[in-house]
Amino acid sequence: MIHPIPPGTRDVLPDEKRELRRLEAALCQVFDAHGYGEVATPTIEYDEVLARGDGRHAGAAYRFFDERGDLLALRSDMTIPIARLAANRFAAEDGPLRFFYCSTAYRAVRPQRGQMREFTQAGVELIGVPAPEGTAEVIGVLGEALDAVGLERAVIGLGDADLYRQLLAELGIDEAARSSLIERLAAHDLVGLESELAELGAVSDKDIETLLRLSQLRGPPEVLAQAHDLGGQAVERATSRIQATWEAIADTPVAERVQIDLGLLRDLGYYSGAIVEVYDPAVGHILGGGGRYDSLLARFGRDLPAAGFALYLERLHVAQAEEEKAGSGRQPTGETG
Amino acid sequence: MSGVAGMTTPRREGPLKLALPRGALWDDTLEALDRAGIETATMRGDSRSLIFDGGGVQLVTMRPSDVPTYVEAGAADLGITGKDVLLEQHDRAVYELLDLGYGECRMVLAGRRGDESLGESERRLGAMRIATKYPRVAERHFEQTGRQAEVIEVKGSVELAPLIGLADGIVDLVATGRTLEENDLEVREEIARSTARLVANRVAHKLRATELDELSARLREASEASR
Repeated sequence: MIHPIPPGTRDVLPDEKRELRRLEAALCQVFDAHGYGEVATPTIEYDEVLARGDGRHAGAAYRFFDERGDLLALRSDMTIPIARLAANRFAAEDGPLRFFYCSTAYRAVRPQRGQMREFTQAGVELIGVPAPEGTAEVIGVLGEALDAVGLERAVIGLGDADLYRQLLAELGIDEAARSSLIERLAAHDLVGLESELAELGAVSDKDIETLLRLSQLRGPPEVLAQAHDLGGQAVERATSRIQATWEAIADTPVAERVQIDLGLLRDLGYYSGAIVEVYDPAVGHILGGGGRYDSLLARFGRDLPAAGFALYLERLHVAQAEEEKAGSGRQPTGETG
Repeated sequence: MSGVAGMTTPRREGPLKLALPRGALWDDTLEALDRAGIETATMRGDSRSLIFDGGGVQLVTMRPSDVPTYVEAGAADLGITGKDVLLEQHDRAVYELLDLGYGECRMVLAGRRGDESLGESERRLGAMRIATKYPRVAERHFEQTGRQAEVIEVKGSVELAPLIGLADGIVDLVATGRTLEENDLEVREEIARSTARLVANRVAHKLRATELDELSARLREASEASR
């Protein structure tokens, strides 16, 4: 008789677990070497605490009541719990605080390869260091983490979370229409974006063209100049923020992994300023992401700048296997650099 | 300093893979590819092969409804399929880059001509029974318009369902309207308009930007030239 487990969850047997453990050890060693200290937080939190971190509350999908009738939720990432932890436990310290974690989180996704409802994230949070230095440090650690797990071909996309919110406001588009357009942009539904903009009537053809072109600008740092030429204050501000981040990493080893991407949007509600995403050519899904969330700590009563990233452990594992198949990967050595 | 190492050195992945829809969109798709300068001669024969060389692009043929699956997973970098398929599989994370303009049709709610069972079922039984190959589009449509429906998924000729009493109406794709007419059905509501779309894998869109933009631009020009 087979006793089922819920969809999107799975058992891990020794062969796989051994490889996952090795992968995790390689990552932790990099984080540790950069002065980040490991933390763990409860898997379940009060729903209202998680909701405080992400206003749209898109993340938490599993909620239930405890014996007192309080509403609990399974965390959907580690960034909000760590923001809470920093506010609670380091109330008198302005940082910099450096934390890392390797923990499970939960989302109601459609289960498929490398995408489960229970998954493991390995990542860092750097609290108290503003842009661009803080962002540069975090991207540098991310680059070394990818080196350490043997994903030599992995690419880090670098964009700006505030670009479109500010640009759409600058174009005089009202709040309600803005959020729908942002969703189109995040999904890269260019056909829907164009027709929705046209329907608004208030946006000129030239501005529609600008938005569409901007969302497609990705590549070497030269695309910043192309973006800049498209004009407007919001674009100006975003490109100069990205430029500052780029300059802070340009002379470091991670630079050759970084691709500027004006079309980047992360779907978690707390990002501001720089955002990153991680890709590997051997796999079709995103390996991780992160960025700045300078207003998140303030929601927990501490007004501190912060940045971080999270890598999906199981997806990294899939990418490693695919790279090995493609003949270009190497076994994780557990050594940094 | 160059941005991405992979963008200046030749990639190991080989040519871009483009997923193509067999079926109703097939002929127009071949024409669109011809106009975009992609080699289609080998596909036009009665070959049973599934994979063809398009001259710099690898062409992979499949059912239209499988295109988002292959593209989302990255097994194909790009794909062509109908908006109807994308609407039904709206949780597939693919980038929708281009409206190719052909394969125009409408997703509609249809009922038997002169027959009031749609309204009557809703009024007296609380829900209308709808047969469809697009259960998620149908459910979303009734939900958004504040009505209750019992959606019945069928795989074959949907027109049959209201004729022999499986359903009060159907949600289906209509191009010319002839099939509806011949089965004594009529359009009651339009739900969406559909044409062929170019979709891309999210990672391929980022990592093979130059090649992908170039192919997309050729298809855009080809589709604009034919309108």
